[in-house]
Amino acid sequence: MQELWDILEREPKAAIYAGGTDLLVKLRGGLLDPPALVCLERVEALRGIRDHGEEIFIGAATSHRRILEHPAIGEHFPVLAKAIAVLGSPPIRHMGTIGGNIVTASPAGDTLPPLYVLDAEVEVASPAGTRSVPVCDFILGPGSVNLEQGEVLAGVRLRKAPVWQIHHYEKVGRRKAQACSVASLAALLALSESGTVKRARLAWGSVGPTVVTSGEIEEALIGKPLTRKAFEQAAVMARRAVSPIDDIRAGADYRRHVAGALLFRLTV
Amino acid sequence: MIHFTLNGEEIGTDAPPDRRVIDLLREDLGLTGAKESCGAGDCGACTILVDGESRLSCLMLAAQLEDREITTIEGLANGEELHPIQEAFVQHGAIQCGFCIPGMALASVDLLNRNPSPTRTDIRHGLAGNLCRCTGYRKIVDAVEAAARLRENE
Repeated sequence: MQELWDILEREPKAAIYAGGTDLLVKLRGGLLDPPALVCLERVEALRGIRDHGEEIFIGAATSHRRILEHPAIGEHFPVLAKAIAVLGSPPIRHMGTIGGNIVTASPAGDTLPPLYVLDAEVEVASPAGTRSVPVCDFILGPGSVNLEQGEVLAGVRLRKAPVWQIHHYEKVGRRKAQACSVASLAALLALSESGTVKRARLAWGSVGPTVVTSGEIEEALIGKPLTRKAFEQAAVMARRAVSPIDDIRAGADYRRHVAGALLFRLTV
Repeated sequence: MIHFTLNGEEIGTDAPPDRRVIDLLREDLGLTGAKESCGAGDCGACTILVDGESRLSCLMLAAQLEDREITTIEGLANGEELHPIQEAFVQHGAIQCGFCIPGMALASVDLLNRNPSPTRTDIRHGLAGNLCRCTGYRKIVDAVEAAARLRENE
């Protein structure tokens, strides 16, 4: 890391990447013109998945493929594994990293709704030390994160919470792979013995400038059985909670409708 | 100088560190097997293997090659003897214009290394990073399925 700090001190305006699947595309598209480029793909301190018992730490420069292959992720955070499995394509997953997905902060970032429902915390590093920020506070807007110059996203911390029975992720897009989603939903449900919702965590992607969450909708589901009728009210609330845009992939009306409809995938 | 292994041979290059690998391969090294189509990571025509893993050379910079083992389509065959994937592609009529094939073949090698017994659905998912405008993919999937079966029987 010291080498990295030295480089960033010499080149404070350098653009930083690891896999390059977002940054190098923007570079080629002429959207950026940095004086220097720094590639983090081999910085050992930023790579790897460490299981600390109650929590797991994923280094920012860990590729999506490595995360998907790690048994602890599928075991403890299936909602994240399901999202990464449909992110991009195999070569994109070989190169792209979770840190990149977070810092790019696309409204459609596939790992983001899962990270929100998992109450993930990101760790930011600088020569002065590290600081932890909840992911929902770290991402400020489309393409904008709480990173000062000289700081680097070091990793993501996920706390194990074996309370959920349903771990759901679905992205709706124009194709089955390499799709920038037009609406997505990550959902965690804890069920009572009678099969009603005891607790819920919900996060929608691609239907707002950042991931959309709603404590109100989560509470509205409590006590409800997993039937379409019981979820109707929540779907109506979801359509009101999101703020999608029209773009070349889909219209706002369609996205709004799908945001509500995605909840019905949780019902039988 | 950037030193790396290319198709089994150790080489060094003077290329600027921010030269795209696709350009380095095609223009500096004359290896025109890897193609550029989208330049944005969507089509897979530029696919190469880096330490055995499929990667998009249009989104890699020369400096990233240092100490890596790179395989391009030119390095797949063993002299005159085609790699089983290549042989299967030929046998099953999986090649029409040929533009996608270098990337498709290397992606198939990567897929079978990761999953030696893929279902047809696994194959489609495994090749999701490679677009073909000619074949409709059916014969490509046939070829990979056959190559996998052959590999299993060895």
